[in-house]
Amino acid sequence: MKVLPRSISRLIRTTAFKLLAAYLMVFALFAFFMIGYVAWHTRQLIETQVADNVAAEVRFLSEQYRMGGVQRLVFAIDRRTRRPGSSIYLLANFAGEVIATNVGDLPLNLLEAPGTQFTFYRRSDEAGAKEYLAFVQVFMLPGGYRLLVGRDVEERDTVRQLVVRPAQWALAVIVVLGLLGGIFVTRRVLKRIDAMTATSEVIMAGNLSGRLAVTGTGDEFDRLAHSLNAMLDRIEALMIGLKQVSDNIAHDLKTPLTRLRNRAEGALRVGGDEAAYRAALETTIEESAGLIRTFDALLMITRAEAGQARDNMVSVDLAAIAENVAELYEPLADEQGLDLTVEAQPVTVHGVRELLAQALANLVDNAIKYGLPKDGGRGRIRICLRREGDTALLEVSDAGEGIPEADRERVVERFVRLDASRSRPGSGLGLSLVAAVARLHGGMLTFGDAAPGLRVTLRLPAQDVTEGLA
Amino acid sequence: MTLLLQSDDSLAMRLLLIEDDRDAADYIRKAFREAGHVVDHAADGEEGLALALDGHYDVLVVDRMLPRRDGLSVVSELRRRGEQTPVLILSALGQVDDRVVGLRAGGDDYLPKPYAFTELLARVEALCRRGAPQSTDTLYKVGELELDRLAHRVSRDGKDIPLQPREFRLLEYLMRHAGQVVTRTMLLENVWDYHFDPQTNVIDVHVSRLRSKVDKGFDVPMIHTVRGAGYMVREGLK
Repeated sequence: MKVLPRSISRLIRTTAFKLLAAYLMVFALFAFFMIGYVAWHTRQLIETQVADNVAAEVRFLSEQYRMGGVQRLVFAIDRRTRRPGSSIYLLANFAGEVIATNVGDLPLNLLEAPGTQFTFYRRSDEAGAKEYLAFVQVFMLPGGYRLLVGRDVEERDTVRQLVVRPAQWALAVIVVLGLLGGIFVTRRVLKRIDAMTATSEVIMAGNLSGRLAVTGTGDEFDRLAHSLNAMLDRIEALMIGLKQVSDNIAHDLKTPLTRLRNRAEGALRVGGDEAAYRAALETTIEESAGLIRTFDALLMITRAEAGQARDNMVSVDLAAIAENVAELYEPLADEQGLDLTVEAQPVTVHGVRELLAQALANLVDNAIKYGLPKDGGRGRIRICLRREGDTALLEVSDAGEGIPEADRERVVERFVRLDASRSRPGSGLGLSLVAAVARLHGGMLTFGDAAPGLRVTLRLPAQDVTEGLA
Repeated sequence: MTLLLQSDDSLAMRLLLIEDDRDAADYIRKAFREAGHVVDHAADGEEGLALALDGHYDVLVVDRMLPRRDGLSVVSELRRRGEQTPVLILSALGQVDDRVVGLRAGGDDYLPKPYAFTELLARVEALCRRGAPQSTDTLYKVGELELDRLAHRVSRDGKDIPLQPREFRLLEYLMRHAGQVVTRTMLLENVWDYHFDPQTNVIDVHVSRLRSKVDKGFDVPMIHTVRGAGYMVREGLK
């Protein structure tokens, strides 16, 4: 196969072009059969007409013969041959001698067999050897005379040419126009694809903020661009999150790591007795335990955000979790000077029990740490689970200082701790995990004012009452 | 501290450790020996499987990622051949779903890396079935402390001690492993069925509440705190 120019072979390979070519082929075939049918039908019509004419003339001439003998017949033939565009006539006697005719030359053996057929003849007014096609009928007259009447049918072919020639042209025009249209449409498609490819190459090269152009026509390319852009938004958000995490890890893991190392080096340098070494080692182990905890929390958040846990989701009794976690934390809260109460309506959600419990535990843990009232009285924590329509609302409210409205967005970010001194224990990942768990379950985490205090609400899509039992 | 790590001497165990990291293996072997146990070591899955099949061990400690045959496959192959020795799986993968996979393969416990040795020791001792009360036992008895699992009754020195249901389960777990160290995470896992890290020591408060009911008014405590490790129920020792 001849190698086509690159741009053309690219055009031909596109889906749009292939589709168009297939349509064109089907259409051309259809047109071809249509024209063929019309031409064939026309030809049939002409032939019937010719046969009818010839039969009528034969009838007329044999009538003349019966009425006035050979003389009247010859006279009639003679008169007819003078008309323009006349038929072919030949009259022969029983010996085969031609008595009257207007034909130059004709195969005489035709006269042997009466009936109709096609034959070639030469015209008497043309000198050349050109032969024309004619439809003839041979008729036996009484007295051994043979009468041949025929009509030139070259006209029939002319008519066919009249139909077929323009049809061929039309077909050619259709194919050419179709191909041109195909190339035009395909090039437009290719142009948009090329633009998309170029943009995606830019994005792949590292510029994650690039987006595909949307023309606003709402066609399939726009739809594709929209969903690809949505995907890019998500990827960019994840990448920014990842970068933030790595920055934060750099900060929040390196700081304790440095402390750990300094302490170990310090202990080595200063020396001392066994007790001193032991103390240094014990703090080292404590710090490493804290590091592992932070690391685990980060991993858990990452997993929850990646949505891997979605495969393990089952029907979970949220009320049982609320009561369980309340029961787990109540002694601690009591010891810290807070009363922990729980009110739970039966609600089931589709989720991961362990993650939901951990999320609630984190909220309660926060409430215990930050929920003591300013005036120094006894604090209270209320866990409340209820159902509103299709939503399960899990609320943890305290009577502490609350979170200033301006900071409410920020608290779910990783490693954010509003307590700038970081004097109270915690990794700064607790609420990030809750938010990640909420997102994993298709819910959301909101912060409100419990006046006084903080109300944290975890909204999750609830299951139908019957769904969980199936 | 070393002394406190040691449990009852009569409970010396034969362990098989299947772990390919030589440093970690050496450390664990040494630490287990110091705690009075006998440890064999295999450095890959095939060797581990062969040893486990004819070694009559009390507990197997199997790393999840091993050369030649991975840890989960070792465990499931052992189970397929009817070997019922308790198995603790060690793994760098610590998420809930990983744990489920490990337990489904036939493991009896799952400990994510990195771990404190005290945690590993406590869990291995808890897995050892020799000398431990049977799960069919209905009465646990440690000195003068008695726990009736059927009647849900606890008494010390013949005197009834009323307990909340969760306190009962807590004491039940501690008494089933009497003489052994029980860590906080073991309590959270087995009494509350949670595997997450509660950040604050919620368990300590539960234990101190239980202790105030069980040990109050008696000279000798039953529930002991093992520093840096967890808790232990045992008789005597002022």
